[in-house]
Amino acid sequence: MARKRETKTHELIRRFRYNKSAVFGLILILFLVFIAIFAPFVAPQDPTPSPPELEKSLKPGFWSNESIPGYPLGTDMMGRDVLSRIIHGSRISLTVGFIAVGIATAVGILIGVLAGYFGGWVDNVLMRITDILFAFPSLLLAIVIVAVIGQGLDKAMIAIGIVYSPQMARVMRGAVLYIKEMEYIEAQKAIGSSNTRIIFRHVLPNSLSPVIVYGTLMMAGAILDAAALGFLGLGAQPPSPEWGAMLSESRFYIVSGSWWAATFPGIAIVIAVLGLNLLGDGLRDILDPRLKE
Amino acid sequence: MKWYIIKRLLQIIPVILGVTLIAFALIHLAPGDPVRTMLGQHATQQEIDEIRTKYGLDQPLYVQYFIWLSDVIRGDLGRSILTREHVTTEIAARFPNTIELSIAAMMFATIIGVVAGIISATKQYSIADYSMMGIALFGISMPVFWLGIMLMMIFGVFLGWLPIGGRIDLLIPFSRITGFMVVDSIITGNGAALISVLRHLILPAIALGTIPMAIIARTTRSSMLEVLRQDFIRTERAKGLSERKVIYKHAIRNALVPVVTVIGLNFGLLLSGAILTETVFSWPGVGRLVVDAVYARDYPLVIGCILVFALVFVIVNLITDILYTYIDPRIHYE
Repeated sequence: MARKRETKTHELIRRFRYNKSAVFGLILILFLVFIAIFAPFVAPQDPTPSPPELEKSLKPGFWSNESIPGYPLGTDMMGRDVLSRIIHGSRISLTVGFIAVGIATAVGILIGVLAGYFGGWVDNVLMRITDILFAFPSLLLAIVIVAVIGQGLDKAMIAIGIVYSPQMARVMRGAVLYIKEMEYIEAQKAIGSSNTRIIFRHVLPNSLSPVIVYGTLMMAGAILDAAALGFLGLGAQPPSPEWGAMLSESRFYIVSGSWWAATFPGIAIVIAVLGLNLLGDGLRDILDPRLKE
Repeated sequence: MKWYIIKRLLQIIPVILGVTLIAFALIHLAPGDPVRTMLGQHATQQEIDEIRTKYGLDQPLYVQYFIWLSDVIRGDLGRSILTREHVTTEIAARFPNTIELSIAAMMFATIIGVVAGIISATKQYSIADYSMMGIALFGISMPVFWLGIMLMMIFGVFLGWLPIGGRIDLLIPFSRITGFMVVDSIITGNGAALISVLRHLILPAIALGTIPMAIIARTTRSSMLEVLRQDFIRTERAKGLSERKVIYKHAIRNALVPVVTVIGLNFGLLLSGAILTETVFSWPGVGRLVVDAVYARDYPLVIGCILVFALVFVIVNLITDILYTYIDPRIHYE
């Protein structure tokens, strides 16, 4: 039994290695995680020096003669190093993505399992509620929730978690409906296993693949939405080096030619989201060929 | 078919009611007192009470909800607490702007996306295929607001080709009829206004349309590849039909079925994106309005905007579903 499991893991790793874009996505994400963990050591400058060094305001980076050594990507209007702020911002974005998806997964699994396993009116009621939540464009729903619970990064995380819950619930429900029809579940019922036991021992472990796949893809969406809320001034608040908030603060200076402070945080967002999308697509191909469109 | 449409229409009602309930409940749970915001710091308790009574804010919540709901059904969404205008007036003034932007973005997304997808599929594994799919992959990973800022910076600030915000040059005389500025300038035969309006429309439409464009391109490609592998295409080729005819007369028609759904489903994405695009380009639409209303805690206005957004979203999804059954007669609904 143990040997069989090992070969299956090997098989998955082998399939993963052949999937070039998934490997590339994983490398991007690992790179970001590394930077996030070691941010204080990797960043050349303090992301929010106090008092602000305004004499360094809006200096270009390495491409220009006017750049200041040690500020490779230039400075923003407060004289802060753009690169260091992006590096510290990776902590925020990855945390937001992870926690928001964590909330969505916890809520989604609960709803999805209840709806899928018990069916009937439970299913009907829960799915109609998700229908209603689906009637909102995701960012709009996040904005509405933020309007209620208040602005700020922590609130934005909760809002995004709630927004993605119905999607995870649908995914989970689908997986449970599929597994429920399997013969071994029938067998468990025949030998008199309790519902709780069947759910925890058999249904949940076997529906892990779609949760991992969609969790990864949702994390990409969650990071985008968190940046969008930051950009609108409803998420992370300045002087936090959150990527969306950085973009929002510095976008007015492009008119005077200072393009770098608004450009590079966006590239950081693209790297994070692209990495997660590639990884998620790859995991989908590997873990569950059935999900492939 | 007829019954399916009726059934889907009936299904919308509880969803819309749920939306109103949620929007209403959420906004009323919000911290912050709109009456105090409206009257300022120095209002006396008596003034506050008067306004509360006037707007029915002293009633229990469920009473407020039912009063409001019956008004909504009659088309009265109340007045904005800040501007004291009718919410319907406020929204009606901006709604055409959002719709025009969304349609322009969707046209861009559909035309470029479908063409790119077809070229990619017919020339699979070519340089054109790889570069187009590479661009599409970047497209779906890009934040709308960042793309907007980049377009604005390159084409508006550095090259100076296009305006960086607003709907029209303020110096150009313009008469408002329908509120749809492209339509209005055509009706009135106002060439200068039309050019200005279209120039203002280009960058926001591209910014908003890029993500749907990328998704449409990817869907078209994979659907086209699947169709090209099917037996009837082989038959067409065996019949001696030219490759051009096989692709344009037979393959595309079949490949576009899933693309229609994707276009419909992406409308929600477009509405989310509109909120951001409108902020970047100072576009006077409903998306910007809802963000401003949230800042100001203007309950009636927030609820009005949400309702409009949700209604548009639900209706577009319904149309997509129905269209799907027309395009693909193999699909039957009980």
